[in-house]
Amino acid sequence: MNRDCPAQTSIGKKVLMALTGLMLSGFIVGHLLGNLTIFAGREWINSYAYHLEELKPLVWAARITLLGLVTIHILTAICLTIKNRQARPVAYAKKEHQTTSVGARTMALTGTVILAFIIFHLMHFTFRVTHPEISNSLDEHGHRDVFKMVVMSFQRPELAFGYVAALTLLFLHLSHGLWSLFQSIGLLGERTLPVAKKISCAVSFILYLAYISIPLTCYFGLVKV
Amino acid sequence: MSDMNLTLKVWRQKSKDQKGCFETYKTLASEHMSFLEMLDVVNEKLERDGKDPVAFDHDCREGICGACSMVINGSPHGPEKATTTCQLHMRKFKDGDTIVIEPWRAKAFPVLKDLIVDRGAFDRIIQSGGYTSAATGGVPDANSILIPKERADEAMDAAQCIGCGACVAACPNASAMLFVGAKVSHLANLPQGQVEAKTRVQNMVTQMDKEGFGNCTNHGECESSCPKEISIKFISKMNREYLGALSHVQKSAAAE
Ligand code: HEM
Ligand code: FES
Repeated sequence: MNRDCPAQTSIGKKVLMALTGLMLSGFIVGHLLGNLTIFAGREWINSYAYHLEELKPLVWAARITLLGLVTIHILTAICLTIKNRQARPVAYAKKEHQTTSVGARTMALTGTVILAFIIFHLMHFTFRVTHPEISNSLDEHGHRDVFKMVVMSFQRPELAFGYVAALTLLFLHLSHGLWSLFQSIGLLGERTLPVAKKISCAVSFILYLAYISIPLTCYFGLVKV
Repeated sequence: MSDMNLTLKVWRQKSKDQKGCFETYKTLASEHMSFLEMLDVVNEKLERDGKDPVAFDHDCREGICGACSMVINGSPHGPEKATTTCQLHMRKFKDGDTIVIEPWRAKAFPVLKDLIVDRGAFDRIIQSGGYTSAATGGVPDANSILIPKERADEAMDAAQCIGCGACVAACPNASAMLFVGAKVSHLANLPQGQVEAKTRVQNMVTQMDKEGFGNCTNHGECESSCPKEISIKFISKMNREYLGALSHVQKSAAAE
């Protein structure tokens, strides 16, 4: 029988989704740990940002890898979603759902909004083009004052709650994505399936709480400039 | 004995190439009838009136052949868990209910007439799985092939699949991965299936893709609609078997 390139088959594409999703989730964890240094104070997060920038070649390697991962993840998602829509040309007049979750049913939607958010987020904090007036100040060591940039950004309700909204969608995406990826690469079985679903929800919820703690504490004045 | 008045909205479609639409029928049903018997009564009346009866597939009427495919009020085989349409009883419905009845909806299962779809795609997937090599000659002793209890159980669980297509009908993506997962897993769990295991999973997945089914996104709707309660663990197992077979098949292709 003629076989396609494995990456072109249904399972191959699912595995690409899963592996890129797993690595992006790894980034989500690492990024969170870095961000949480904000609670240690201005010194910490500014020196974290400074040292990160000192590792320029490494940072760029990481950025290019991430860009590659996101690109593969999205192109594969588009490919799969189109095929899935085509697989049912005539919709049901009436359809009941039994077990599927909100997260599972909105993967393409949450993914698309997350992409828009990623672009905005980069313009906001990485390239600093959206709010130059608060993004370009320096601290007493002459380093970029990341602390001030973040805290002052999140004193604005539209930014603080915009971030919380985007993170809510990321939470939904991961609440399904995390267990789903292990199913896709064939690691789950009878005993592990129900556990994986629970852990997936719990881990994504913990990540969610940790992430939103930053805009919320800044907005409500618990972290001040 | 309580009879109930029902309103049925049934998908009517003359042939594969013609457009279909819903027709409404009023009927009286006894709670002791099965769903198919209720449809039989509707059809008798249609025939008496000189109209075309509703075409639906059925064979065993005892829940083992998988022929009686139809989506009833939005659920394949109706609202009862682990039940085929032929085993669904009218006592599950109430006087005055409106029941929407549609065929399986999937590109790979074209509607032939009314509620009957062509499930030939499943047959072609099974065919692509090929044969299992077996020793000829004298009949082997019973129990000469040892199989751990858990493996035998798992193979039996997978082999429960009756190929009815409810998994595809239920899946938001019209994916056939539960069906193929069950078929791949039942042989992959047994020593008799080992000789061709690696090419089998590859060929079945290739055929599945060719038929135009969607891709699993792990909704789990297939498992909850399966009249035989086949677990989505078999989808994971299929993925595992498929990935494990990649290097083997690449090598054998190179050797050819
Ligand atoms: C930081 C960003 C992201 C992370 C951490 C992430 C993570 C994941 C994970 C873990 C999965 C599960 C893979 C599987 O089911 O095997 C997944 C699936 C998916 N992602 Fe993302 N994702 C991200 C961004 C995006 C973006 C930007 C899009 C779309 C434009 C997207 C669209 C999808 C879709 C449609 C699926 C479902 C695919 C399927 O189930 O077959 N994701 N994602
Ligand atoms: S007619 Fe055989 S399973 Fe329903």
